[in-house]
Amino acid sequence: MKILTGNDLKTGAVVWWDGQTWSLHVDHAVDVGDEAEPILGREEAARRVNASYAIDAERDAQGKVRPAHIKDRIRALGPTVRPDLTLKPADPEAGNWVI
Amino acid sequence: MYRYDQYDQAMVETRVAEFRDQTRRRLEGKLSEDQFKPLRLQNGLYLQLHAYMLRVAVPYGTLSSAQMHMLADIADKYDRGYGHFTTRQNIQYNWIRLEDAPDILADLAKVEMHAIQTSGNCIRNISSDQFAGASAGELVDPRPYAELLRQWSSFHPEFLALPRKFKIAVIASETDRAAMRLHDIGIRIVENPSADGAGEIGAAFYVGGGMGRTPMIGPLIRDFVPLDQLITYAEACLRVYNRYGRRDNKFKARIKILVHELGAEEYKRQVEGEFVHLLEQGVEPPIAELERIKAFFADPPFDPDAGDELDLSDPDFKLWVERNTHPHKQKGYISATISLKPVGGIPGDASAEQMHLMADLAREHSFDECRVTHAQNIVLPHVKKDELYGLWQKLEEAGLGTANLDQVGDIIACPGLDYCSLANARSIPLAQKISQRFAENGKGDALGELKLKISGCINACGHHHAGHIGILGVDRKGTENYQLLLGGSEAEDTSLGKITGPGFDEDGVVDAVETTADVYLRERKDGERFLDTYRRIGMEPFKEALYG
Repeated sequence: MKILTGNDLKTGAVVWWDGQTWSLHVDHAVDVGDEAEPILGREEAARRVNASYAIDAERDAQGKVRPAHIKDRIRALGPTVRPDLTLKPADPEAGNWVI
Repeated sequence: MYRYDQYDQAMVETRVAEFRDQTRRRLEGKLSEDQFKPLRLQNGLYLQLHAYMLRVAVPYGTLSSAQMHMLADIADKYDRGYGHFTTRQNIQYNWIRLEDAPDILADLAKVEMHAIQTSGNCIRNISSDQFAGASAGELVDPRPYAELLRQWSSFHPEFLALPRKFKIAVIASETDRAAMRLHDIGIRIVENPSADGAGEIGAAFYVGGGMGRTPMIGPLIRDFVPLDQLITYAEACLRVYNRYGRRDNKFKARIKILVHELGAEEYKRQVEGEFVHLLEQGVEPPIAELERIKAFFADPPFDPDAGDELDLSDPDFKLWVERNTHPHKQKGYISATISLKPVGGIPGDASAEQMHLMADLAREHSFDECRVTHAQNIVLPHVKKDELYGLWQKLEEAGLGTANLDQVGDIIACPGLDYCSLANARSIPLAQKISQRFAENGKGDALGELKLKISGCINACGHHHAGHIGILGVDRKGTENYQLLLGGSEAEDTSLGKITGPGFDEDGVVDAVETTADVYLRERKDGERFLDTYRRIGMEPFKEALYG
């Protein structure tokens, strides 16, 4: 699947395109198929996102979205060395998802 | 230390106002990202993996207590309670909001700090010896010359659009603690080596060093430049680079490539020609300006009667003194290094609370001054020996008393793929695992001086080329892989590490470092550091143990 990501213009937070707007959670990302370019063009112009791009991802057995590249998995979760600063600070196993 | 005059302050405040307006226009959509990006980068604001990152300049690594307190306040108020001290003696914040950036710069300006020229193809922060002005054995304090270079290079119109970024280090000791020959220009303040020099002080210029994808050790271009021609010679070096440096290929754009391709002799010939021309132009600042700057770096009011003995009956304190202190030029004083490398910690990270504490300790024990080291630690340069035990106890209590300077646990590591958008692999987890491994197996204490440096990509912010043991993270088909290098040094015996062979995965490279250390422990002769043994026996015994 192709999903869209970028950083929130004001805050810099990593965001994912959920079909309507930008979510902090990669699991909300939707497959945009061949529509990446027009969506990104529109959203950048509207200043809702910055440095956006399309990436490959897949759904795992539990239906969770998993970016293909480790860099985007780290973006999705947060720094593996500071679990307290990730989106899942209470889950000690969250870092394993990145690797 | 140097204090801003009205011109410095006006320049910084004007830049804050300018950037506030630029940020407003970006948020209102009047500037595109393509238009805004070079403007934010000129103010040290990057977009990294998780957020905007702000890199703040710490000129030659020197900070007052008030400045350190402000860095802590910024970490608390605008970031997530911590900052990361870098191998360029700067500090970076990882979780900055664009809309807050102008306010942060305004706060920095209140304590005579900024983020100008911490990015982009310009002359970056001038770095120096962390023991400058304090160390026994130093010729002079190099910081007045670093400050003069800072003033010359700030907003220098000719050098704001160089072929590539440009880094300068200035030292004044035979011992190199600033990786001087691995800079675009390395300057060593020296006595005139000629027979009739009669003790005259000047500068030796090494040009064309660097790390990155093509590491090179800067050759000596001139062994003596009189101090009243220092800026003129630097300008000549830059002008030749600016004219002929490769703008067509980013990977060949650093001055090291120009010097290498021209040859040091030809580069020097061109610099000397430009130098003669510039001498006629009169670009050198008046010597009175250098004297004005020097006055800011006068010795603090040392107590001439300070006691010179240390009570080393506490074995933990004794170990810390042996590893983390440095002889001072003034009887009764010593320089103390606060390690930001606790076992299993993140190299260079300090919480706001730790920064506040270090600022307070600098005020109480070190004439209001501290230093950032290129090895990502903090120095209190002027501590009375009588007060050292009390200082150490406070550090211990705060978890800042780790006795590991230049040991295997004192690892330099870049932010790597945990934070950096350029990285190919994570650096920090390796540093954590290696320091834990050697703490748990007890071998760390036996190893002595062993400088381990980790970079998460070829840009080498973690100085892996210059590690006695270096590790370079690469991307191998989407997974992290780590190359091991041996034999590098950033010190006065500068050398570049060589790759051992095929890379390792994350756990494999931790094992490989231990295997490498075991070879050293087996092969070393009395008094040899790891680096000495490697240089004596060569790569083969290590390769045999790693791959045989």
